[in-house]
Amino acid sequence: MRKEVVLAHNASWLFRVAPYLIFAGTWVAAALVPTFATGLMFSWSADLIAIIALLGTARFFLALAGMDIGTSFGGIGASREVMIATLAEPALLMIVFSLALLAGSTQLSTIAGYMLSSNVGLRVTLALSLFSLIMVAIAENARIPVDNPATHLELTMVHEAMVLEYSARHLAVIELASFLKLLLYVSLIACVFAPWGLAPVGAGAAAHLLGIATYAGKLAVAGVLLALFETAIAKMRVFRAPAFLGAAFMMGILGVLLLFVSRGGLR
Amino acid sequence: MSDLSFDIAHLLAGGLVLISLLMLYQDRLTALINVFAAQAVTLSLSVAWQAYVQQAPHLYVTAVIALAFKALAIPVALHRIIKRLGIHREIDQVVGVGPTMLAGIGLVALALVVMLGVTSEADRLAREDLAFALSVVLLGLLMMITRRNAVGLVVGFMSLENGLVLAAAGAKGMPLVVEISVAFSVLVAFIVIGVFLFRIRERFETVDVAALDRFRGGQG
Amino acid sequence: MTPLQILLAGAGALLGLAPAVVALGRSPGARALTYGGALTLCGLTGAVALLSLLGLASPTGDAVLPLGLPWVGARFHLDALSAAFLVVVNLGGAVASFYALGYGRHETEPQRVQPFYLAFLAGMNLVVLAADAFSFLIAWEVMSLASWALVVARHREAGNVRAGYVYLLMASFGALSLLLAFGLLAGPQGAYAFDAMRAHRAAGAVAALVLALAILGAGSKAGLVPLHVWLPLAHPAAPSHVSALMSGVMTKVAVYAFIRIVFDLAGPPDWWWSLPVLVLGGATTVMGVLQALMQQDLKRVLAFSTVENVGVVFIGLGLALAFRAAQLPAAAALSMTAALFHVFNHAAFKSLLFFGAGAVQEATGERDIERLGGLIQRMPQTALAFLGGSLAISALPPLNGFVSEWLTFQAILMSPRLEAWALKLLVPAVGALMALSAALAAACFVRVFGIVFLGRPRSAAAGGARETDLFCRTALLALAGICLVVGVLPGFVIDALAPAAEAAVGGRLPAQVSQPWLSIVPIAESRSSYNGILVLAFIAGSAGMCAAAIHQFASRQTRRGPAWDCGAPDPSPATQYTAASFAQPIRRVFATTLLAAREDVDMPQPGELRASRFQATIGDPIWRTLYAPIAWSVDLAAERLNRLQFLTIRLYLSLVFFALIGLLLVLALWT
Repeated sequence: MRKEVVLAHNASWLFRVAPYLIFAGTWVAAALVPTFATGLMFSWSADLIAIIALLGTARFFLALAGMDIGTSFGGIGASREVMIATLAEPALLMIVFSLALLAGSTQLSTIAGYMLSSNVGLRVTLALSLFSLIMVAIAENARIPVDNPATHLELTMVHEAMVLEYSARHLAVIELASFLKLLLYVSLIACVFAPWGLAPVGAGAAAHLLGIATYAGKLAVAGVLLALFETAIAKMRVFRAPAFLGAAFMMGILGVLLLFVSRGGLR
Repeated sequence: MSDLSFDIAHLLAGGLVLISLLMLYQDRLTALINVFAAQAVTLSLSVAWQAYVQQAPHLYVTAVIALAFKALAIPVALHRIIKRLGIHREIDQVVGVGPTMLAGIGLVALALVVMLGVTSEADRLAREDLAFALSVVLLGLLMMITRRNAVGLVVGFMSLENGLVLAAAGAKGMPLVVEISVAFSVLVAFIVIGVFLFRIRERFETVDVAALDRFRGGQG
Repeated sequence: MTPLQILLAGAGALLGLAPAVVALGRSPGARALTYGGALTLCGLTGAVALLSLLGLASPTGDAVLPLGLPWVGARFHLDALSAAFLVVVNLGGAVASFYALGYGRHETEPQRVQPFYLAFLAGMNLVVLAADAFSFLIAWEVMSLASWALVVARHREAGNVRAGYVYLLMASFGALSLLLAFGLLAGPQGAYAFDAMRAHRAAGAVAALVLALAILGAGSKAGLVPLHVWLPLAHPAAPSHVSALMSGVMTKVAVYAFIRIVFDLAGPPDWWWSLPVLVLGGATTVMGVLQALMQQDLKRVLAFSTVENVGVVFIGLGLALAFRAAQLPAAAALSMTAALFHVFNHAAFKSLLFFGAGAVQEATGERDIERLGGLIQRMPQTALAFLGGSLAISALPPLNGFVSEWLTFQAILMSPRLEAWALKLLVPAVGALMALSAALAAACFVRVFGIVFLGRPRSAAAGGARETDLFCRTALLALAGICLVVGVLPGFVIDALAPAAEAAVGGRLPAQVSQPWLSIVPIAESRSSYNGILVLAFIAGSAGMCAAAIHQFASRQTRRGPAWDCGAPDPSPATQYTAASFAQPIRRVFATTLLAAREDVDMPQPGELRASRFQATIGDPIWRTLYAPIAWSVDLAAERLNRLQFLTIRLYLSLVFFALIGLLLVLALWT
């Protein structure tokens, strides 16, 4: 708690401000994802596209912070981070597309409400989107097999390389933001693909309690699955990541295509 | 037809297209054959579902044929072939994965545009089935032109034929005789190609079809 | 005076100032007169245009001047569409003039810049006001030629003359296409006034041809791929305030020409009209930003990024065409508003970025980003403004670039309502391209800002840089302020653009300002909404609270020390990540096929004393496959025609004679 910050001699004001901006961007994005109830007070102030873009803002500052000191590690991390982001973003947009076409909305509350309703049915598109979203989430959160959050080996690190120069409270805030981001993706997957238990608008306290309980359960399941997955698989080369995310993008776009021939798409 | 039965038909046919794309993604022969077997299983499920929905018992026969030959017999035989040829670890692709996948997605979109545009009058299940079937056929063709190895070619051809079966099942009323003869012709083709493979191998010590071009004379 | 008269008088005064400036020559008074005059006049005309766009002054007007073709006259017309573009033109002009009050001091040959600068501004104003083909084309040529003169103003620098040559060729080609388009629209009666063109609509093949010519003519000026080749050569060659105008404003005048011809004059569109526009727009965004990522020259990066943004605008226009053809006025209005909004935004942040590049160039004498670095320490205010522009152009909330791209995405999400299957499936693909380009743009500007302003100085010039002068800083910070305010309160801009969108596509979005909490809700709240002000407040609030809490409850001590760098820091600035190495992963992933990028490694054998070399090259396949053959065949034809210069006089005469006979024969057979 009381550790002092060690700053490099040539660190600029951006380096000191960036952790808080990264945290704030991620925090606001995470706050906009429905976790245990839909239709909360400010849930309309940004939709799914804006949430993705807010994460983009956070990433922008993170990459800049990595380049501020002018070390080669920061540069390599920033460069790989933006490469992964450029691959993940189209895939993510295709998922948004499928969901928005299905639910007729990009508001997460509305999408979750639609997913709870009975006219979803069995759809290939949803399965494809789910897989695609999981792959994107793995890449975006710097998890194995795309990046390893626990390594300090030059060849393998992306996220850690960018924050190498940070210490004490700054580092703590950045790490907090990266955990928040993981939480955000898990909540996103849970709210779209497993919306059971979400308290609807105007529900009573019991429904909210139930929502909180199921949400905690979903988080636990996701954590166990992630841990299992990470112990079972090895990290891939950096230049395998395009193929990995390319597959995610392909599934996303196939989902959109198949949506047009599914029920309701045919006219 | 109820929404649920349409959804299941859609799920299975869409799965078929997805597996075709997955076949394009595989660069190892063993994995490719396994995925092909999975496609055949999906196909037989899809045909069986059509049989149930359309109440056409002869389609069950088709489903069983697909399951027996394509999901079991041919993959097993192919596995044995590549083992005997000693190429089960080889990586095989002429064009890179990325461009191939993009081309594949483009072909699916093209198939959808063409089929949905042409068949605006037909029943929605038939429309969807035909669109998916054309996609599978085109993807099979794409696979045949992007593979260098003759085994890859064979698998591409088989998956193309899977698309034809899907179309036939969706089109209501293809006689059983035609179906059986198609199945047998595919089997014969498979045997011929298998023999052919071993002959190529004896001659040229490889099953890389690029080697054949070199022996067309004059280009040496 | 009516607003139109004031606007015409303003443009005329700009033209009239030019000879006066020529007379003053190199004196400092000429600079003050040029930029002070341009600032006043642009400010005045921009304000009048804004008032008439908001409906506070009379929104329409006609004027006929006794110039030009005798039976047409020079017609001018003001409507909401032209008012919207006038605001963009004059806002850019005013800020650039203000910036140039300080920046122009560094000009070595001001007499080569100042008169043309005025003519350039006047030309752009008149293009937007013109209401007949003749005055439109004259104004267009004034704009083109004046900007050409500005491109070659620094003709002693290597490459600028070639840039000017390529630009002149492409500009002539574009003007020729527009001339033919107007000729087709005018029809056999020669009805060159826009009113007359509207009265008899072109149809069928003629309309299709008009569309193709409009894409060629306006697209070549706007920088649509594959007609963009001149743009990254010409825009950086001009002085920075002119680069800002060319990139931020002149490309928008080209967009105006496209909207005027295709949406207004060519009649109701067919559904397939949108296909080429969407495909070209999508290709333009990705190619533009990929090229931008690979460049080393700061201003070339910005020029290529202009190409990308033009692509985004054209995607919006293509969607508007598609929705309009499908009789969906609300969706068409959404797409058109998105396109116009992006036009405005791009004018703001691209001017800002070019001004920043100009400031960097003046401070260090360098445009090569590999020789810059660490400027945030020495030019903090410029760095802050440039950071704002980078965030805005990367389409990140809560700045303005995000809002227009968000609107475009919302329009893309309306595509299932279209009838045509080809469009239904194409539009999501275009959306994927746009998402890719937005992510690449973010990568591009992380690279630019990170290399230029962050890190350690890579050259002595960058180490000794000084903050730029007051005029430049004010202009930079003002534009950054505009980017922020527009991003936070987009509803006002959308409402202001509503009449312009209505003029183009015949539908309008619901009023946004009356929405609770100043959100923007293009279709319905259950569908999508965005609230910039709340997002900004939440970000500022949570960042502030987090910082305050940590400073309150944990330590706030800092200690300065050497950089850690995994325990092995190297003091040489050459060990930093360079711009080229930053772009390497993306170059390998995307550019290998799209830009024919190659990497050559020359690794000496062990024991050899040679230094190893690594060389990365990128090419432009478009240049190689499209332009090189054209240039080759033109050369060949010129070679052949060259022989005609050595004929006898009798042969010359007979050539002329046979040509005459041929023409007469055509005439005889035709009628």
